[in-house]
Amino acid sequence: MFRSWLVLFIAYAIYTCMVYSYCDNRDRNETIPSSQALAGWHTWQAKNCQSCHQIYGLGGYLGPDLTNITADSNKNELYLQTFIKYGSGTMPNFFLNDTEVKNIIAFLYWINKSGKSKVSKENVTWAGNYNFEK
Amino acid sequence: MSNSLRLYIIAALCLLLATFLFGLLATWAFLYPATYNRFLPFYQLRPLHVSAALFWIITGATAGVLYYKKDAGSPENKKINLIEPLFIYLWLGTIVVIFVCYGFKMFGGREYWEFPPALCLPLLISWLLFIFSYWRTPEIRSKKKMPMYIWMWSTGILFFLITFSEQNLWQIPWFRYSYLREITVQWKANGSMVGAWNQIIYGTSLYLMVKISGDESIANNRTAFIFYMLGLANLMFNWGHHIYNVPAASWIRDTSYIISMTEWIFLIRIIQGFKNKLKERKKFVNLITYRFIIAAEAWVFMNLLLSLAMSVPAINRYTHGTHITVAHAMGTTIGINTMILLASFSYMLGMDREDAPAKKTIGICYWTGQYSLLIFWLSLIAAGVIKGYEATVLNVANFQEVMRVVTPAIKVFSFAGIGVAISMGTIASIFIYRAFRFKAIEN
Repeated sequence: MFRSWLVLFIAYAIYTCMVYSYCDNRDRNETIPSSQALAGWHTWQAKNCQSCHQIYGLGGYLGPDLTNITADSNKNELYLQTFIKYGSGTMPNFFLNDTEVKNIIAFLYWINKSGKSKVSKENVTWAGNYNFEK
Repeated sequence: MSNSLRLYIIAALCLLLATFLFGLLATWAFLYPATYNRFLPFYQLRPLHVSAALFWIITGATAGVLYYKKDAGSPENKKINLIEPLFIYLWLGTIVVIFVCYGFKMFGGREYWEFPPALCLPLLISWLLFIFSYWRTPEIRSKKKMPMYIWMWSTGILFFLITFSEQNLWQIPWFRYSYLREITVQWKANGSMVGAWNQIIYGTSLYLMVKISGDESIANNRTAFIFYMLGLANLMFNWGHHIYNVPAASWIRDTSYIISMTEWIFLIRIIQGFKNKLKERKKFVNLITYRFIIAAEAWVFMNLLLSLAMSVPAINRYTHGTHITVAHAMGTTIGINTMILLASFSYMLGMDREDAPAKKTIGICYWTGQYSLLIFWLSLIAAGVIKGYEATVLNVANFQEVMRVVTPAIKVFSFAGIGVAISMGTIASIFIYRAFRFKAIEN
């Protein structure tokens, strides 16, 4: 019994190391975040934005998924700034200063570079899995 | 039962009541955010609800372990007697501080763990104390052939430590240099952590069945071993379905997809054992403890169907980021985890020795709770199907437009939530009342 458990645990430990080292698909040239994006990430967490918004479909459902919001041609940076700074009926005003607003936008620009939240039909393979290289 | 353990049980049940209260408020804040933004916004209510639920499950699971490990009447051990209350007070004290932080809008902004990250340290220390007290128990260490429930408890306790530490790795800058790495590691930890507390809770369920049936062999046979190993493999490798749409390395998706398909074996096993369950039910149906276990088994079956569907990436494409995910989360935490924990609390508090009116009230609330939960669960699935259809099939880009169509299903969910909260809340209150009187009753 213990031997089977140990074999599985060793496999888990190796798998964990592989995930830490290679999960990020280095060939995608994902950029390291700027200090502004990191500061925006900090504000994002401090204001608990993920309780209403999603990134890659993960988070709360009260607001929209923001993974690729900066790539939306209908929403320019000024629109984002206004929305984040003053809120709306649904979104409360967090009384953020201009720097905090800009930092959050820098964070969202960085997120957008990491990939697309929506999986297109073309990415689905015959086995029901995804292939993002297509 | 020691006073500190009794307090721990009462605190766990209070957390269950808090889960229902904040959950109810959060659903209505979801429907009418502008009104709630004035006094208790959704971004404050959600962490209150999620943390209450999470700590109810973990506190409830550990309460069972603390009680059952002594069930065989272990000799008194002074060191354990000192460490156990230390764990209990540090754990509960930190939970109180977490709720105070939410009151002051101080967040850490991580999914499941939305409190300031510094508070993870006292939680970690108290967990280490819990491990120490658990491992020092003679029954745990002295058994030559450990029954499967001890394996399950030990595995769950160890993996909670591993995954709890892992979900804090984001504080090391290297993990934040890549968003794909950060989100993958976060959901690896969160996904496996659910598996860890499930191990503790399913171990408790197995223990209770041994006690109810008086048949020790069900925790020692080959089938129990195979299913334990399958569960463990799922805990370790089946977390990838949370992040199928994240463009991380493809082998993470492949591994999770393959491992998740082993859940068919669990499903087939449930169907095969259905006839025996009917016979067993006839024998024990009058026991409150058994009723909660059988409810949990029914919810395992329904949630397995849902989880099998969601584990296929091609289907997950429609369900991810919709209320189907919430249906799965709530179906498992209320339908499975909470039912087993209520069975466990019923056993610890001797609810089957309670007087007839209390038993009758529990019976009525039990069925009201099950039907309300079914409507609650189905309406979330309906909301998810509608959202998935609108966003993925019709490609409606306007979020407000999608939510407008989803809202009627959310309203049904909110009303069903009242039924769940009142019925299950009444059961929890009866349990709390019993726990307060426990010492006098037992004497």
